[in-house]
Amino acid sequence: MSQSILVVAVTAAQVMLALAMALALARMIRGPRAQDRVLGLDTLYVNSMLMLLVFGMRTGSALYFEAALIIAMLGFVATVALAKFLMRGEVIE
Amino acid sequence: MSHAADLPPGVAVVVAFFVVLGAGLTLVGSFGFYRLRSFYDRIHAPTLGTSWGTAAIVMASMILFSALQSRLVVHEILIGIFVTVTTPVTLMLLGRAALYRDRAERNPDVPAMDPPKGSLVASREDDGEPAAAVAQPDVSGP
Repeated sequence: MSQSILVVAVTAAQVMLALAMALALARMIRGPRAQDRVLGLDTLYVNSMLMLLVFGMRTGSALYFEAALIIAMLGFVATVALAKFLMRGEVIE
Repeated sequence: MSHAADLPPGVAVVVAFFVVLGAGLTLVGSFGFYRLRSFYDRIHAPTLGTSWGTAAIVMASMILFSALQSRLVVHEILIGIFVTVTTPVTLMLLGRAALYRDRAERNPDVPAMDPPKGSLVASREDDGEPAAAVAQPDVSGP
């Protein structure tokens, strides 16, 4: 009973997150400007982190949590570096 | 998902509600990000996913693992805290960068930099004319 509820909910969540990732990827490809692409990459990072958390709930292992934490950190650093590059033309001055 | 076979149905319903809520909000945010027209509109949409999308999925994960292991499992809250703290920093930087780029290109859709008091641009802008249209004849001035 509870297993079937969880399977349905987690599968629906995975489908929705995959669709969200596809939309972020479409905006990243379409642009039209560089800041849209950077924001699309940031959204893609957050969505994939949530997707990994849901994968961890599905498999019941703690390994996916660590991967999600690392993806969150890398997404923050990447977006800040890219925003700095857009503003100044250099990352480290 | 055979590890969740002996979960109480009430806990399963709560976990299912939160995980679907988080994923749905993330989807709505990403749809808005794809759909809205200007960048300054679009920058608001994905925050649905970074605020309640992340919080709901993290809460579902914490409830599920706490119920499965019969102890308090709260390490997922690290992700929630981290995303909550870093998202405003990221979006402020990106928004300032986009504004800087638009102003450097003299894009008429964004407000210009605050002009110094008593300057020509400020006095003409008060008449209701856009700044970009006024700035052109001043180039060939004395």
